[in-house]
Amino acid sequence: MRKPIVVLAAALVAVSACTPGSKPTPTSKAPAAISTDVAKAGPVTLTVWDQEVLGGQNEQMQKLNAAFHSTYPNVTIKRVSRSFTDLEKTLRLALSGGSPPDVVEANQGYGIMAALVKAGALVSLDPYDAVYGFRKRFPQGLSQLNSVTPDGKTIGSGSLYGVAMTGEAVGIYYNTDKLKKLGVQPPVTWGQFEQDLATAKSKGETPLYLGNLEKFPGIHEFGVLLGQTTGKDALRDLVFGRGGSWTDPSVVQAAQKLADWAKKGYFPSTVNADKYNDSPGPFAKGEGVFLIGGPWFAADLQKKMGDKVRFMLPPPARAGGTIPATLGGPGLPLVITARSKHPDVAAAYINFMTTPQAMDVVTETGGLAAVKPASAEPVTALSRDLFTAWRIASDNDILVPYLDYSTTTFLDTLGGVLQEIIAGRKTAQQGMRDAQRDYAAFLAKK
Amino acid sequence: MRLGVGRPAPAGRAGAPPPGEPRRIGYLYVLPALVIYALFLLWPLLHGAWLSLFHWDGLTVGTWAGLGNYRQTISDPQLRGAFGHAVVLLFFYAILPCCIAFVLVAAMSRSRPRGMTFFRTVLFLPQVVAMVAVAVAWQWIYSAHGPVNGTLRLIGLGGLARGWLGDFTWALPSVGLIGTWAEIGLAMVLFLAGVQKIPQELYEAARVDGAGAVAEFFAVTLPGLRRELAVALTLTTIAALRNFDLIYLTTGGGPGDATKVPAYEVYNRTFNTGEVGLACAIGITIAIIVFAVTAGVGRLVEGRA
Repeated sequence: MRKPIVVLAAALVAVSACTPGSKPTPTSKAPAAISTDVAKAGPVTLTVWDQEVLGGQNEQMQKLNAAFHSTYPNVTIKRVSRSFTDLEKTLRLALSGGSPPDVVEANQGYGIMAALVKAGALVSLDPYDAVYGFRKRFPQGLSQLNSVTPDGKTIGSGSLYGVAMTGEAVGIYYNTDKLKKLGVQPPVTWGQFEQDLATAKSKGETPLYLGNLEKFPGIHEFGVLLGQTTGKDALRDLVFGRGGSWTDPSVVQAAQKLADWAKKGYFPSTVNADKYNDSPGPFAKGEGVFLIGGPWFAADLQKKMGDKVRFMLPPPARAGGTIPATLGGPGLPLVITARSKHPDVAAAYINFMTTPQAMDVVTETGGLAAVKPASAEPVTALSRDLFTAWRIASDNDILVPYLDYSTTTFLDTLGGVLQEIIAGRKTAQQGMRDAQRDYAAFLAKK
Repeated sequence: MRLGVGRPAPAGRAGAPPPGEPRRIGYLYVLPALVIYALFLLWPLLHGAWLSLFHWDGLTVGTWAGLGNYRQTISDPQLRGAFGHAVVLLFFYAILPCCIAFVLVAAMSRSRPRGMTFFRTVLFLPQVVAMVAVAVAWQWIYSAHGPVNGTLRLIGLGGLARGWLGDFTWALPSVGLIGTWAEIGLAMVLFLAGVQKIPQELYEAARVDGAGAVAEFFAVTLPGLRRELAVALTLTTIAALRNFDLIYLTTGGGPGDATKVPAYEVYNRTFNTGEVGLACAIGITIAIIVFAVTAGVGRLVEGRA
């Protein structure tokens, strides 16, 4: 029995003995060679992977896909939708496999988009930008986020690889009933906000709800605090690896503030054990006067609290002063895969999905349109708040990428560090030293 | 591979192997299973071992790493920590359930309580329930307003109430206890089956000699259950070392790195950080450890060489 097993093993090793992975196949086209006439492309099936599965997002994709098909009947859209986590986990496999989709939603950052660019799996949108003018639709800061150098080594500059339909800005939700009970107005300055937190605490309320079990949520709180202590340019440089350090005084100062808040009991006592996705539940029940988060909470909060919940951007230091930076950016961008047989049709599709007319559909289905819609207006007070916040954020170009884009492991590292700072197990200084170690190691490897 | 098809050795002829000895035609019988086994187990295992020798992000061309990934598995403090947690979980998944199952079985073997089938079913149930359901249920049990904290507050120990899965000290034991809860049933069912094979005379003899419950357990039950113990320890050890789903679903390795385990890191390094080679090295290391530990269990408990 022994011998055949050895033979079999040797055979298997022989078959597997080749270097894993594939060589990048960069493709680039002169703008003149691009065909924008989709109708002439003949019968085409475009496979699109998206993660728009929640609430109105699904309807938004269905409507827009149907509209594209009725405009160009020769193009059939084959839509595959999965949850965000499922989609991002399977992208690597799908794009290195035999028949990848044509258009996918790929997350920004080093983990996914830059890695795919490095592998030559994505089509540079620069030539298409010359034809369709993608970059002109967004403020510079937003296009930067979807840009990667063609070698995949640096994000924040280089070629454009993705275009997003929606926007995200992290801000502050507040419970209007609670504010009334506390006898305070929605804060106009950062000082007032902190004062309100203290007032809430002294009157037995949980000032700021946070469910931080999954590690990453604390990054949003930290990002808002960083917006107060650090300018947007310094923060962008930090995340894109262009300069600065996580142990810089202004960064440590923000971490210290987070530690102080935790120590003063501004967060729920079980902050590190509560699930982030469940946050709207307790918040709607009155746990927490404020809740820091992005538009992803809006639909749920609206349903649970109606007009008792509102949203605002983190307030400036002085009333009417410079609007502080906050986390956010374009939503998941649509990108074109390098092996797509119809890149021109795919680009036309991406263009179609980000026109002001498409933005009407996004707005009507409750989404936060990345580009100004042609005519649609949001209907509820909360969605108007979000809409205004996004307009301000995008017009003033104050958005800073999610801090975990810094390295491929940063979500885990920084998230873990923030959990420890909140639990009081590490000082702000120690925590940021740990974060910097991961960051420096990543930059050194790059 | 040449097969002895078509020329079976006639029995009784001089020089022919005695009946019942292995013959080459045997390979034909195992061939279908072997093909499946090779395709779905050996091949991935060997391919994984091969990948573990590369620095590979899953997309671009990998570069040869030699044993670099294994060196990192051993030297990286975070990964070392993960293996340390696996040892802690070994206690909760293997040793504790077997001890508790022994107590239960000892109690059941002395007096057969009414509703035995009911208890047996209830205790075995965790084995049948999908881990996802188990994880979600326990997340609630451990949550801020869950029954554990509720009970503590009810009996005046409200000071001890906390978010168990988010507590740096208690998260790992809390997850471990879920494992204990799930594995008790398996150990108990194995032991119950074993106890029924122990001749009643041995118990009678022990009692005639004046053995109490404890002495009887160590003199009769435990030696009689050696083989079952070996099986139970092997199965629960494997469950402990390759524990992924529970960690993934309840804590995601947090808070901080407090509940990171090797199997979780295999997933994390493959899908989140794009270190496929390192992930394979961790996976192979887990396989080697599982193999070594289960071989050790066989030796220790069963006394086989």
